[in-house]
Amino acid sequence: MSQKVLLNATEVQIALHRLACQLIENHDTFKDTVLVGIQPRGVFLAERLKTLLQDEYKIKGIQLGYLDITFYRDDFRRSDKPLEANKTQLNFVVENKKVVFIDDVLYTGRSIRSALTAIQDFGRPQDIELLTLIDRRFSRHLPIQPDYRGRQVDAIGDEKVKVYWQENDGEDAVYLVSGE
Amino acid sequence: MELSVDHLLGIKYIKEADIQLIFETADHFKEVINRPIKKVPSLRDITIANLFFENSTRTRLSFELAEKRLSADVVNFSAASSSVKKGETLIDTVNNILSMKVDMVVMRHPNPGAGVFLSKHVGAKIINAGDGAHEHPTQALLDSYSIRERLGDVAGKKVVIVGDILHSRVALSNIFALKKLGAEVKVCGPKTLMPKHIESLGVVYEPSLIKALNWCDVANMLRVQNERMDISYFPSTREYTQQYGVNKKILSSLDKEIVLMHPGPINRGVEITSDVADSKQAIILDQVQNGVAVRMAVIYLLASKINRGNVAQ
Repeated sequence: MSQKVLLNATEVQIALHRLACQLIENHDTFKDTVLVGIQPRGVFLAERLKTLLQDEYKIKGIQLGYLDITFYRDDFRRSDKPLEANKTQLNFVVENKKVVFIDDVLYTGRSIRSALTAIQDFGRPQDIELLTLIDRRFSRHLPIQPDYRGRQVDAIGDEKVKVYWQENDGEDAVYLVSGE
Repeated sequence: MELSVDHLLGIKYIKEADIQLIFETADHFKEVINRPIKKVPSLRDITIANLFFENSTRTRLSFELAEKRLSADVVNFSAASSSVKKGETLIDTVNNILSMKVDMVVMRHPNPGAGVFLSKHVGAKIINAGDGAHEHPTQALLDSYSIRERLGDVAGKKVVIVGDILHSRVALSNIFALKKLGAEVKVCGPKTLMPKHIESLGVVYEPSLIKALNWCDVANMLRVQNERMDISYFPSTREYTQQYGVNKKILSSLDKEIVLMHPGPINRGVEITSDVADSKQAIILDQVQNGVAVRMAVIYLLASKINRGNVAQ
């Protein structure tokens, strides 16, 4: 197994600041915008961005929810591992809101496809955008692209991108892992 | 995590870890059924047959709602309007239905062990929705789930099951579930309605209702099942109510507030009075709502074990 650093702690921090600023450019006061972290790993990124927007950029009243896509996945009974659900928590109305999906890695696009179906059960958003820390280029199975990306990565089939967060994994870093 | 069994035939056959997995999954489905759109597409390619060889309203409705909220296709069958009357055997009936590509069978049957028997002879996943006086596993799961929801946990809680234990599949399944989850269980009711050797299940028989209520955290009041009583087990309904009916006066004489449950249908004024059944202490309607979530969890977890080789066909 070999492991290469794609982003270190400082670079993660820089990317987060840039993503926060790009969100502000498009959403101004976030009055009609809701952030939705995709379970399980998108939640850490979403929490970080919310804290950053509140503390560093003084934006008040940011609405953040979590969306679990387990029951909407297209690989039910197709993978050897049973699918385990996580908590969905959307304490706001998404009807006519601008929804920003937040996930750590965009790979095949299938999770986001599921999330697009799942969010409709909570209402009809005005529009939906996608923010992702890592965009794995050339590996999409579906016509889905991010609106905001931290870093674009070329990774081949058996390579994996792993995103670690201080609060969960002990460090902020992104690794490209191969031959696992 | 996945279930250790391929069918839900009774609580007796599953482990504590299975029950906990069902509860955790049910938590997610409980959130789903409180959404504006109460439906997820997980089981789009699954067909489920509800075979009811015995009458049922709420269990059947609850199963059907659970199946539909998982997007499964559902076919219903009741014995009253079927070829069973023409002399067809159970295996033939079920095999005929399965040849129409049904993946799962939810069955209620008057004979104890019908589900176990069927699971040995047909290829579909079987969920027992009540077999005679044997087991009613999903009812026990939703009862324990409701206790967990109200009191935080089932382990260490004191639960008394009051009424007709002898004819009750709900009682037997509840005893298995509560014991597996670590609760203390007593049974209460007329001696004639107690099975012999009930103590061998690890429960204590308490003949006095007031003593039982003073001891417990939760009282599960069962219905007097007149339709299953071939002889008189107690002198009159009135006498039963006097000795084993719960009313406001008895509850206010206790020095604590206990939780009251009832699997339904309620005989108002017999085992429980109306004011008590409609009070905040009673979680009877929570049980009904939880029933859908728990059944969704059971169906989802069993469906995820259906051979994926079938998917491509």
